[in-house]
Amino acid sequence: MKFLKLFGLIIFLTGFFIFNASFFWADYTLTRNIVEEKIADSTKRKVFLSEASSLFDREVKSNFEFVRQLSLIFKNINDKLVEDFKISDAELRTLVERSGTTFSLIEVDSVFRTSNETAAFKNKSFKEFGNQLEGRTFDSKEDLAKELRNVSEKIAAYGITNKLGFDRYAQKDLKYGVTKAAADSPVKRNPLLYIFLTFGLCILGALLYILPKAAQSEGIKNNNIFFNPMKNVGWLGVLTGTWLIAFYIVLYFYPEYMTNWIIMVDPVSTLLNGHEAGRFFLYGFIYTLCILVMGVRMIIHYRHSRYQIFRTLSVMFFQTAFAFLIPEFLIRLNKPYFDFKNIWPLDYSFFFDYRINQFIENGTIGIFMLGWGIALIVIAVPVLVYFFGKRWYCSWVCGCGGLAETLGDPYRQLSSKKLKAWKIERWMVHGVLAFAIFMTVAVLYTYWTGSSWFLVVDTYTLREVYGLLIGAGFAGVVGTGFYPFMGNRVWCRFGCPLAAYLGLVQRFKSRFRITTNGGQCISCGNCSTYCEMGIDVRWYAQRGQNIIRSSCVGCGICSSVCPRGVLNLELKDEKGRFGKPILIGNDNIKPDA
Amino acid sequence: MKHIVIVGNGISGITAARHIRKLSNHKITIISSETKHFFSRTALMYIYMGHLKYEHTKPYEDFFWKKNRIDLVFDHVTKINPGSRSVQLANGPSVQYDVLVIASGSKSNKFGWAGQDLEGVQGLYSYPDLEMMEKNSKGISRAVIVGGGLIGIEMAEMLQSRNIPVTFLVREPEFWSVVLPLQDANFISRHIRSHGIDLKLNTELKEIKGTGAGKVKAILTNKNDLVECQFVGLAVGVSPNIEFLKNSGIETAKGILVDPYLQTNLPDVYAIGDCVERSYELPGRKSIEQVWYTGRMMGEVLAQTICGNPTKYEPGPWFNSAKFFDIEYQTYGNVPNVPTTDEANFYWEHASGKKAMHFVWNRRSKTFLGINTFGIRLRHEFFDRWLRGQKDIQFVMENLSKTNFDPEFYHRHEMEIVNAFYTQHPSIKAA
Repeated sequence: MKFLKLFGLIIFLTGFFIFNASFFWADYTLTRNIVEEKIADSTKRKVFLSEASSLFDREVKSNFEFVRQLSLIFKNINDKLVEDFKISDAELRTLVERSGTTFSLIEVDSVFRTSNETAAFKNKSFKEFGNQLEGRTFDSKEDLAKELRNVSEKIAAYGITNKLGFDRYAQKDLKYGVTKAAADSPVKRNPLLYIFLTFGLCILGALLYILPKAAQSEGIKNNNIFFNPMKNVGWLGVLTGTWLIAFYIVLYFYPEYMTNWIIMVDPVSTLLNGHEAGRFFLYGFIYTLCILVMGVRMIIHYRHSRYQIFRTLSVMFFQTAFAFLIPEFLIRLNKPYFDFKNIWPLDYSFFFDYRINQFIENGTIGIFMLGWGIALIVIAVPVLVYFFGKRWYCSWVCGCGGLAETLGDPYRQLSSKKLKAWKIERWMVHGVLAFAIFMTVAVLYTYWTGSSWFLVVDTYTLREVYGLLIGAGFAGVVGTGFYPFMGNRVWCRFGCPLAAYLGLVQRFKSRFRITTNGGQCISCGNCSTYCEMGIDVRWYAQRGQNIIRSSCVGCGICSSVCPRGVLNLELKDEKGRFGKPILIGNDNIKPDA
Repeated sequence: MKHIVIVGNGISGITAARHIRKLSNHKITIISSETKHFFSRTALMYIYMGHLKYEHTKPYEDFFWKKNRIDLVFDHVTKINPGSRSVQLANGPSVQYDVLVIASGSKSNKFGWAGQDLEGVQGLYSYPDLEMMEKNSKGISRAVIVGGGLIGIEMAEMLQSRNIPVTFLVREPEFWSVVLPLQDANFISRHIRSHGIDLKLNTELKEIKGTGAGKVKAILTNKNDLVECQFVGLAVGVSPNIEFLKNSGIETAKGILVDPYLQTNLPDVYAIGDCVERSYELPGRKSIEQVWYTGRMMGEVLAQTICGNPTKYEPGPWFNSAKFFDIEYQTYGNVPNVPTTDEANFYWEHASGKKAMHFVWNRRSKTFLGINTFGIRLRHEFFDRWLRGQKDIQFVMENLSKTNFDPEFYHRHEMEIVNAFYTQHPSIKAA
């Protein structure tokens, strides 16, 4: 058994090593064909072709160098364009002289004649960016000059790169697309082999490592957890956390570096949805594998508990079918990508203009998706939480929850149970909910009115900030990257707006509670320690009080690890749900107030 | 406002302090030399096994004590002077009290075996014991545990978690058969063996042999078997920790003698928890009860008395719980190891060998007397009510499924149990 475990570990590490090595393991050759394929705008393509000519058909040995070269090309193009199309100080002076202290856009026509191309661009962009100055009178010419310089700077910063060159969004897309196309690697030549050598070996190794656990007797086996460098923020945990954080940063912010990984799963993607893989296909693929493999571990680990077995099978099913396969099949059928179990505000882009338009443009199925999504929010959440508690979602269906309960299970004991952590949690998670609601209202406002300004903010900036800060930063980088540091539910506990919404219902209107068994608690602390949500379960159990907390995801582990059979997740009539703390045993003592 | 001094920061002393604070403004001081803060003694094994860290065993965060104006003194009480109403400490100045509560717990028994003071021989009761066990069990190749009770099996499980082979000497014919009926005890013995423990039943310790350096080397059993080992866990019971009360004028026998209000022979001096020996009878209960729950209940009661509401210690029906490796155990009421002639009983065991139940009732009146349950959780609330209400066994069987406290989706066995019961006791169905 020990041998099998060690063998599995070696195989897993081999696969993991090859996976990491393949990140670096490619040559990149830029060709005209790639550029022609990737840049649709003919003017921009021309500019790019001339600027990039030195890079053509030259083999670059690393992704870092290749991306650096591309960045340089973009920078040079943009710099040159700015130089050519920037409004000069002389032109500004002329404009000021001709205007006096009152500005009029008519003067722009006199300075920038539309006969030549450069001047025509200056004319157009000045009118666009300086529009708000029309007819305004200034105290002095200097004041006007200052305002005009502002306009000129904005044109340089945004107008020129947007219209003529490559702004940061275009750069991001192109860097990723071009790098992926330019790559030549063993992985690209034989992706299936590398799928086997990386994912295949990792799965095989992990299973060999996990399966021998089944030879142990059934029951709670938490032996040596706090001596384990992986599970007690030791060197292995720190290393794992660092790797995860790095992975998420690359995934969300620098996908152009991980093209070799994405190339690897191209065949899987093509098989499922008929298209090349994108970064989020890779992510979904890895995510699903993690839940499946670590789900097997979870089931073996808690196989004495049918509650844990069913719950784990459920998250494995919902991840594989709902989050991974169905959306890919939808794409194959030319329908919108849709995860039927993702609920706003966790699915924060649900009400974004492009999503709504997509729903509307896709006829019956699109409208069904829109209706389904709204029904989940307004019917499924309150009704199902009322009958089952928020666990129906958080620890039975949700993808984030699914990962937390499988890949994250070895880290559940690392959540803080301090009162202070609870205080921070309440502000934070409800703060994110408020942010999500405000952002959504603002975005809908823009959708209906066409005005991008809502109360105090630009709604496009707002949704971008949300996506960056909450969607990528919190849910991804922190949410999973912090597993080995702060437990497996950092996101669910401190950040998930849907968890906050489900929690409010659970706290105020639900049949769900964790009950304590009479006077049997011995205050040992296993329940609190293994509560991934950081609930101090013992605090309630030792005074014989029902545990009703908005954050409880109903994973049932407190009940599993209790050595005295004190805790049970129960669904009962709401009446008397909060109850009075009662410790059975003493005839002459009345329950605490 | 009185100054209430509590000796001992275990569950009894702490419960008393917490409840006194809830009920009054008295000044409260708790003295202990074991740990700075209250921790759950029952969780000691989990620290050793790596399930928990010491900090996880503290039921209250450290700020709790100051916030609730409960002063903690980390010092050892050497002597009590009821005359001057003062408590003498090993290091600090002595402390004056208006009311004294002694909650000094137990200490592990030693029965004068040769070699019992060798290095590597120890009991397990306190936090220092745990630290010692950590040290004593480093790098050893076999351990011997003596004593077939709850601490013994805990120690066996602890050592096993570190892959240390364990020989387990039990004097009785089955594990813990001084408490459990033979069937139950045999059921647990089988489970212990399934975990690879070398369980030697009907075996007593005769002698502990040491190396020249004063370390344990081997033990000799009463059957003259020699077992080489580097660790000996003595788990042959605990007795009240009362040595420091000698000559204090506080009356003691095995433990500190108390009346129904938990008062000692001296006014304003009370005792609670493991160190107590009741000087009066309570039906169906022993005079010394060294379990977590009784300690807690005494603390609750005493707080009432001290805060002006004299309250007798009258615990309801007996209950207890434990866990033997993978098998949880709960008991409600009285299930004697040897039934009296008045008592009838019914034992059920699941085919897996991991679940069992044992019912006891009065043969004539059919009144339900108690239940042991293994591997199936039952609701305390129901059994407490039924025992008080003197329900009969048929009632218990008919309502058995209500008492199940297992998590959702667990296999249920009530039908099987009840059917087996009526098959074995057809006369009861007819009645």
